[in-house]
Amino acid sequence: MKNIVPKPLPEVHLPPLRQVGQPLRRVDALGKAVGATVYAADFTMPNMLHAKVFRSPVPSARIIVLDVSKARDLAGVACVMTSEDVHGAKLNTDLPGQTGHDARAGSDAPVLASDIVRYVGEPIALVAAESLEIAEAALRLIDLQLEELPGVFDPIEAMKPGAPILFAPNNVVAEYKIRKGDLDAGMAEADVIVDNTFKMPFVEHAYLEPDAGVAWVDEQSVINIRVCTQVIEHFRSIARALNVPQNRIRIRGTMVGGGFGSKEDITVEIFLAFLTRETGRPVKLVYTREEAFAATSKRHPFTITHRTGVKKDGRITACQIKMVADSGAYPYLTPYVLLYATGMAAGPYKIDNLHVDSVAAATNQTFTSAFRGFGGPQAALGYEQQMDEIAKELELDPLAVRRINYMKTGDTTGTGQEIKSAAWLEETATRALAALGERTPSTPMRRIGRGMASTFQSYGRIMWFHDTSRAWVGMEQDGSVVIRCGVPDIGAGQSNSLCQIAAEILGVSLDQVTIYATDSAVTPLAGTSTATRQLYMSGNAVSQAANEVRKNLIGLAASEFGVGPEKVDLAFSYAYVVDDVAEGGSSELEAVLESDNCRSMNISEVVRKCAARGLSLSHLAQFNAPFTDGLDPETGQGDIWPDFTFGAQAVEVAVDVETGEIELLKSAACHDVGRAINPAAVQGQICGGSHQGLGYAMMEDFELQEGIIKTPSLAEYLIPTVLDFPSTEVIILESGTGVGPFGAKGIGEPALTPAAPAVANAVADALGVRIAQIPLTPKRVLGAVGKARTERHQP
Amino acid sequence: MRRATLITLQVNGRKHEVAVQPNAVLLHTLRDLGYTDVKNGCEIGECGACAVLLNGQPVNSCMVLTVQADGATITTNAGLGTIDKPHVIQEAFADTGAVQCGFCTSGMVIATVALLDQNPDPTEAEIREALSGNLCRCTGYGQIISAVQLAAERLSDLASSPASSLREDASSRSEEGRESDPEDRILLADEQMEGGERS
Repeated sequence: MKNIVPKPLPEVHLPPLRQVGQPLRRVDALGKAVGATVYAADFTMPNMLHAKVFRSPVPSARIIVLDVSKARDLAGVACVMTSEDVHGAKLNTDLPGQTGHDARAGSDAPVLASDIVRYVGEPIALVAAESLEIAEAALRLIDLQLEELPGVFDPIEAMKPGAPILFAPNNVVAEYKIRKGDLDAGMAEADVIVDNTFKMPFVEHAYLEPDAGVAWVDEQSVINIRVCTQVIEHFRSIARALNVPQNRIRIRGTMVGGGFGSKEDITVEIFLAFLTRETGRPVKLVYTREEAFAATSKRHPFTITHRTGVKKDGRITACQIKMVADSGAYPYLTPYVLLYATGMAAGPYKIDNLHVDSVAAATNQTFTSAFRGFGGPQAALGYEQQMDEIAKELELDPLAVRRINYMKTGDTTGTGQEIKSAAWLEETATRALAALGERTPSTPMRRIGRGMASTFQSYGRIMWFHDTSRAWVGMEQDGSVVIRCGVPDIGAGQSNSLCQIAAEILGVSLDQVTIYATDSAVTPLAGTSTATRQLYMSGNAVSQAANEVRKNLIGLAASEFGVGPEKVDLAFSYAYVVDDVAEGGSSELEAVLESDNCRSMNISEVVRKCAARGLSLSHLAQFNAPFTDGLDPETGQGDIWPDFTFGAQAVEVAVDVETGEIELLKSAACHDVGRAINPAAVQGQICGGSHQGLGYAMMEDFELQEGIIKTPSLAEYLIPTVLDFPSTEVIILESGTGVGPFGAKGIGEPALTPAAPAVANAVADALGVRIAQIPLTPKRVLGAVGKARTERHQP
Repeated sequence: MRRATLITLQVNGRKHEVAVQPNAVLLHTLRDLGYTDVKNGCEIGECGACAVLLNGQPVNSCMVLTVQADGATITTNAGLGTIDKPHVIQEAFADTGAVQCGFCTSGMVIATVALLDQNPDPTEAEIREALSGNLCRCTGYGQIISAVQLAAERLSDLASSPASSLREDASSRSEEGRESDPEDRILLADEQMEGGERS
């Protein structure tokens, strides 16, 4: 990888914009910076109770005795609830029929365990009391007697005959296959066949804000739940569990202190709903950090095997991939995570002959579910490490092997889905590599290595989910703008992007826009803040709604000016005749609009005139993603996602062969984001996503031993501090070809995906031998150093 | 029941008399008093989200018993500025994209205040050292470092201008409204000194 020259970009004509594309201060930033933003745990209510959850201390057992009478009798305890009191309710996180896995029926997690517990931390009982101290004391009075049962702690073991059964018949909770082309013929055509297996651990999201909420019953008997969540639409699942009509549950989301997928599943809200209904009083539940570790989902551990047939020039003739994922004790979103991993298993490469077989099995461990990337990062750790191994086998440059196989617009993915947007793989890879600059020289004890990864990651949900989003946009009489949109803001700037889009379309500045978000009862439902979908989905919904309002403003102004509507534009809170204004910079235009030198009218006047004529000044829009049927179950062929984001990361590491420590020296990431709605926010997504991926590669491991959590807090589970890695240099490309507003693609999840395989490849480059399992701890590095020595000494 | 102790705290210029249990932790006491900008992220001193200035020194409030803070002057992030009148450091965080989910931000701002108070022109390495007790899971720290650099720049511009608006802000918010320390202390210098000997 020497003298990397960035591949020239195709010519792109992006229309000049005033609000979109500017690195403006996010609308939520100042409130957070001064500590004024109120988070879920900050709310209190009059007459409020405090809740705690009683959890299983063991990974696999039958409940023999569960006696809560002493806890109930404790002064200050308002209620204690067990499975019986919630009528055996289950969490309907898995929507029936969406993956066609009827076999999984009955494997939904119970709200409270009744007879069997399947993981450490599984909820068994709920307590609500006058104070937190009393609630904690009540937990200690619960008499739980268990008969411990054999557990299973590895998904491959879990599928073997005779394994302890969590879910009949064989613990399998999901499986998929892809059959594309002719594998045998492709393998026969190959000059070399490369086999490798890669492993990845459980990972904790470690969002800074532990899960929290407050719930109460209002005067209409509606159960209100104020909670930090990525999904306010869980009100439906909660209504089902409580057996109340769906219009009697209202979720008022708060600003979320980080989610990264973990707050996609129901956490505290279901307990709060039961407790407030039972007591008729407001109830608050805040997880401790340790509880948030034990009681919420993790990233799926995967074991991925690649068998790839290649020609001498690096061209892939066939690829066979096997994936085994650990679902932990309950499926949650495992079927979908596995589908993502399967659909992206072969990477952004044109592979005509492909077999993928993937399976997820249940074990007696913390359950796994959504985590930024949703199976995509695991898939990438497979295909991108394999690309480097192919290059090593063929003694070719890793970039050269990728270049010959990169997919292009018009090519198809592993599932046969055609890529319709720009696929800037070489463009991003060469820029990330070039950004590393001069190579640091190695010394015998401190080996320098470089690695890269090219990845693709979907944005938008699986298309047979029939995804929709709604947004309402309206003008006030003074020309200010209101957006109502049920978007949960999890910190990535979801709300702000919508404001910048509306400001652009309605010709006002960002501070003229106010957004009301994330309330299931009063903001139009916008779907989940997951799957890198909000900018795409709600951005398009806001765009549609704002354009409808704009039509009326423009129409009115045009009739006032006596020109056609195509002659009128909106900017700086003015409607004006475009012919009266010479092309010029923003500041000049603003001065001209305020002067008498052109036909212009302040937007507030336009609004008042619209109102006087009865023209609508607001619009509720619904944006529908493309709808498709599911995949062919026999071949795994079909379209899964609306589009993909392509990007790359390159890193340089120094490996100390005496201590086994890896120092990250340089890191650069380049992504085509279609159009950066707010470049500062995009930079933050890429830099932050990269950091999570670097932690994944080098330090993060949510360790369990026989189902017992060995990393129960932030003291044992280490996430990157500011001292661990240099900041990733961010290179933003804009092809303008995304399906989001203004040609935007999504970047939330894609930002994370290439980091870990880039590091793994750099370490392999430094050592000359690959460590097949992340994280790349000093112990594993030293093992690899020893192995490399042994190999060198053999004839 | 254990016996509660009556103590006094001065928080963001407001005096409080509170009865606390001997095992009460300052983090919880502050949050119970309504200072909810002090965030609870781990309760074991690992994350820095609960950082406050205790007699001018940055501490994780989860690691301090409330009784230890008897008589102390405490500044939380919300005591530095408001949306209408943000502190220079707070504004720099907002302007640089250093704020994503915002849950670590109050602690980060406090760590920055403590740093720039001692070292108005820090190197990147010194900034990283000063923020090493504060975890952020969103940003990858890049824009947070930029925020600290921008804040240092703006503070130095203010200090070199004849009338430091920052000092005026700070003294008008403090209870006594005394003149600020003539030394190059960047904020609430009077609050920091008061009570320092009592702790």
